[in-house]
Amino acid sequence: MGEKVLMKGNEAIAEAAIRAGCRHYFGYPITPQTEVAAYMSKRMPKIGGTFLQAESEIAAINMVIGVAATGKRVMTSSSSPGISLKQEGISYLAGCDLPALVVNVERGGPGLGGIQPSQSDYWQATKAGGHGDYHNIVLAPASVQEMAALTIKGFELADKYSMVTMILADGTMGQMMEPVEIDDIEIKTVEKPWALTGTGMARSHNIVNSLYLKPDLLEQKNFERYEKYAQIEKSEVMYEEYMMDDADICLVAFGITARVAKNAIAEARAKGIKVGLLRPITLWPFPSQALAARASQCKAFISVEMNMGQMIDDVKLAISCSRPVYLCNRVGGMIPSPEEVLDKIISVSGGAD
Amino acid sequence: MSTLNILFAGFGGQGILFSGKFMAYEGLLADKHVSWLPSYGPEMRGGTANCSVIISDEEVGSPIVDKPDVLVVMNLPSLDKYEDAVVPGGKIFVDCSLIERKVERTDVSVYYVPATGLASEKKIPTLANMIITGKMLKELGFSLDSVDAVLGKIVSTRHQDLLSVNKDAIRAGYEL
Repeated sequence: MGEKVLMKGNEAIAEAAIRAGCRHYFGYPITPQTEVAAYMSKRMPKIGGTFLQAESEIAAINMVIGVAATGKRVMTSSSSPGISLKQEGISYLAGCDLPALVVNVERGGPGLGGIQPSQSDYWQATKAGGHGDYHNIVLAPASVQEMAALTIKGFELADKYSMVTMILADGTMGQMMEPVEIDDIEIKTVEKPWALTGTGMARSHNIVNSLYLKPDLLEQKNFERYEKYAQIEKSEVMYEEYMMDDADICLVAFGITARVAKNAIAEARAKGIKVGLLRPITLWPFPSQALAARASQCKAFISVEMNMGQMIDDVKLAISCSRPVYLCNRVGGMIPSPEEVLDKIISVSGGAD
Repeated sequence: MSTLNILFAGFGGQGILFSGKFMAYEGLLADKHVSWLPSYGPEMRGGTANCSVIISDEEVGSPIVDKPDVLVVMNLPSLDKYEDAVVPGGKIFVDCSLIERKVERTDVSVYYVPATGLASEKKIPTLANMIITGKMLKELGFSLDSVDAVLGKIVSTRHQDLLSVNKDAIRAGYEL
């Protein structure tokens, strides 16, 4: 057991990335994720790594593509407006089947929006924010410990499936401090025979490319990629169930709103309302089967989100609209209070018993 | 104590976040679950700053303290904003060197601490936050035993010379 220390979520991501073997970070400052870059700027030069503050987010993501092609662990981080700028590069990473970690510590939008926390990039993250048919694996931490653990897991999944993993956090997760323990997290690496490391005149050239002018070949590439996605949907879904054993009402929430939901559940249960929480940890792949399995037991679902209702679509799809799904939300940097979630639970339950 | 919700509030630059960090480490070293959530952005650079700290025997749910058991205020706008949010029976610590008005609530315990005045007197003008923190430690029933260990965690290695003055400030508040 290592010692527990208090760290900001953003710092935990940076430290965990370094522990995971990431030695290349490219970024551009933006609130509320700047501590990731600040931490990297201090640590990378001391451990023989690269910290580079690029001239723009677009430059940073293209530097990520370059390092990813060599098979080294590489990452970038930003907040919502900056992540929009990176989408072209993320699409190219997908098209080239390259692994990389992209961190989005979300703030309110659209446009420059504000700097307070938000979850309004759910659609962008899970439905592919750039052009073309592709997915990113999307991980949603709900504690500083998970900011660290899912960063390490994110590199592992990115390497295993040769694709982008995105950490979808928000301003509170990035800025809050909690005890964190990184030493005990196991680091797994995989061989990358496809990487551009120089042939040493001993093998034929590796090629990393996303351009396929022959449509039948491009179609085949897409089919292959979706076989990989199907495998991920089968084996990599992660979620937490909280007080679901006897629940009549199922809250669905990720990240900060899942924590608010837990407070509301405690208050609702004190009033005799049987309510639980299903917290997706992977937003893609979405825990659809786990939700579907609860549809026969629960009379209603409530999606608690900091956006105008994005994940709620996936909840409805997961349960094939077999039960009503309600939305409890705040936007623009506002966070729902436990009382607001409780009020929604009470109204959905038809009043306290 | 099952859960203690503390809200520190004042101007950016008064050490609001540092005091919060001190209390979070007090909790951590006592093997409690803790969270620390600051206001961030331009607020940290001169506007009103606040900081939520939760110390609990159980896992911390939402890290946002909107109904504090303990409110520490170091400027008038913060008292105006948060006075009504304190739970009945809660405690309010007021830096009465900076806040002239009295607390209107009658269902809470109020401690008027001349923290900023005392800090100037003691020639440690930047440590009013630790004086009021010291007073809070005492009224919440914390001992001073872990102060050295906590300060060792949060005072950066290049500022170890500040350890003893921080400790003096905490003690001064504790002995009020």
